[in-house]
Amino acid sequence: MTNGTHAAREWDIEAIRRDFPVLRREVNGVPLVYLDNAATSQKPVQVIAELTRYYRDYNANIHRGVHTLSQEATAAYEGTREKIARFIGASRPDEVIFTRNTTEAINLVAHSYGRSALQTGDEVVISEVEHHSNIVPWQMLRDERGIVLKYIPMLPDGTLDLAVAREIIGPKTKLLAITQMSNALGTIVPVRELADLAHAQGAVVLVDGAQGVPHLATDVTALGADFLAFSAHKMLGPTGVGVLWGRFELLDAMPPFMGGGDMILNVTMERSTWNDVPHKFEAGTPNIADVIAFGTAIDYLESLGMEAVHAHERELLEYALDRMVDVPGITIYGPEDRSIRGGVMSFSLDGVHPHDIGQVLDSHGVAIRAGHHCAQPVMACLHIPATARASFYIYNTRAEIDALVRATHEVVQFFGGVRA
Amino acid sequence: MPDATLEELYREILLDHYRNPRHHGVLDGANRHADGSNPLCGDQVMIEARVGEDGTVEAVTFSGVGCSISQASSSMMTVYVSGQSTAHALEGVQRFQQMMLAGEAPEDSDLGDIEALAGVAKFPARVKCASLAWKTLEQALRTADGHTSTVTTDEKGVSDGGS
Repeated sequence: MTNGTHAAREWDIEAIRRDFPVLRREVNGVPLVYLDNAATSQKPVQVIAELTRYYRDYNANIHRGVHTLSQEATAAYEGTREKIARFIGASRPDEVIFTRNTTEAINLVAHSYGRSALQTGDEVVISEVEHHSNIVPWQMLRDERGIVLKYIPMLPDGTLDLAVAREIIGPKTKLLAITQMSNALGTIVPVRELADLAHAQGAVVLVDGAQGVPHLATDVTALGADFLAFSAHKMLGPTGVGVLWGRFELLDAMPPFMGGGDMILNVTMERSTWNDVPHKFEAGTPNIADVIAFGTAIDYLESLGMEAVHAHERELLEYALDRMVDVPGITIYGPEDRSIRGGVMSFSLDGVHPHDIGQVLDSHGVAIRAGHHCAQPVMACLHIPATARASFYIYNTRAEIDALVRATHEVVQFFGGVRA
Repeated sequence: MPDATLEELYREILLDHYRNPRHHGVLDGANRHADGSNPLCGDQVMIEARVGEDGTVEAVTFSGVGCSISQASSSMMTVYVSGQSTAHALEGVQRFQQMMLAGEAPEDSDLGDIEALAGVAKFPARVKCASLAWKTLEQALRTADGHTSTVTTDEKGVSDGGS
């Protein structure tokens, strides 16, 4: 397929798969079945080609050259900013800031907004299903600034305890930092409902969209977000590019995150004045090539349509859940209600550690993640050290889920008779 | 069907130690303790030992949670060091770590069954699983009575100047 095809076309899985060269690979003598998409997605030829095209045809630094190549590179880089603004329903492109990844985007808010707008005693509310990257920056801010950190608890089914959320989001709450979708369990969090509670108290809302934006149609206004953080590499784009979107008024009032070139208006040996948003937050030469190629990834997803992406993953998840329950000794984590699950299936097998599951699956070509998924509080809630996690994306098929199911039965056979 | 390399990793003797761990649990009268963890996996092992006045490791136990490799390696380690001198036990730690780096037992090895773990070296992500118990034992034996020290393994499973 090519960029710009209309969104309502048929889901042509064979055409999609042809766009991903790595899917033709064999691993351990069998075809690769890549089910570790929550960690990172594969990249289509269009994205790979755009990376190469930049370096071959118009490699130049941006925002500082009068020559043709610099102007082309600047236009392509700023073009991605515009695509992203459109993709997430932002009202203006300069609300889009490029970072290295979601983690850096959240840290930017913790440093810049947190240090300027939060005072000792102010409360920041997060949840127990957060990735470490939406926990640790707030703990660091708490230790440095004396803010109070509160947690919305996770229930055993992987959903949030909304009754407790209503109690702890109160007049002292200044910031709610919440994930759109749990990376460990796939729970889709009712962000809008929580955002409304926070906004009613005058708090601002940061949404960790690392897992949500790649898989769910996302509109910052509908979501109720004031900040949204996400990563290119989980949505067909290159590694090394993240996005922080923020409401203009908030970004405009925030101090810079890092000092250096491109983020200043004027520098003397005594003082400097800051450039405008978003450049104020993009010090130094950014990741030009990868930002440009991220624009191509956005084109690709838009050509499929995010509603269709979600529908495809939803169908795969339903199929996987229905087939995996028959594996002896399996426990599948996450909400019973499948309508609030993304394309993530976290599971364990009696008497077999998730690392051993992952190892045996790999010998069958099936790539999954085993571990705590950088969400140790989730594991603690479930009283388990780790899970095995299969996660799906646009190019996965029912046949690949069949391969996962077959290989998981092999795991049980291989470790059969083991007592935990 | 699992392929040959998988069998190389999960040798029968290893699965036997996983299914029937030796010296598992807490140790009465222990005077050496250390806790080990692989932060990336969440594997945890606690080693307790009772060392006599002459330096003999009279008894050693392990407990904790982890994958088959870490549990089996822990079990095999306890068999190896029980009744040995502290010096000999620490030599065993050295030999084991050499084996993890080289993929085969050193020439002077007396590791016996433990050499079945040499195949782990071909799976770099699992070396830290196999090494955890040994590094934790070393820490326990080098820690004074009445103290508990902690060990965390890095990606390569060795933190003492290995490649």
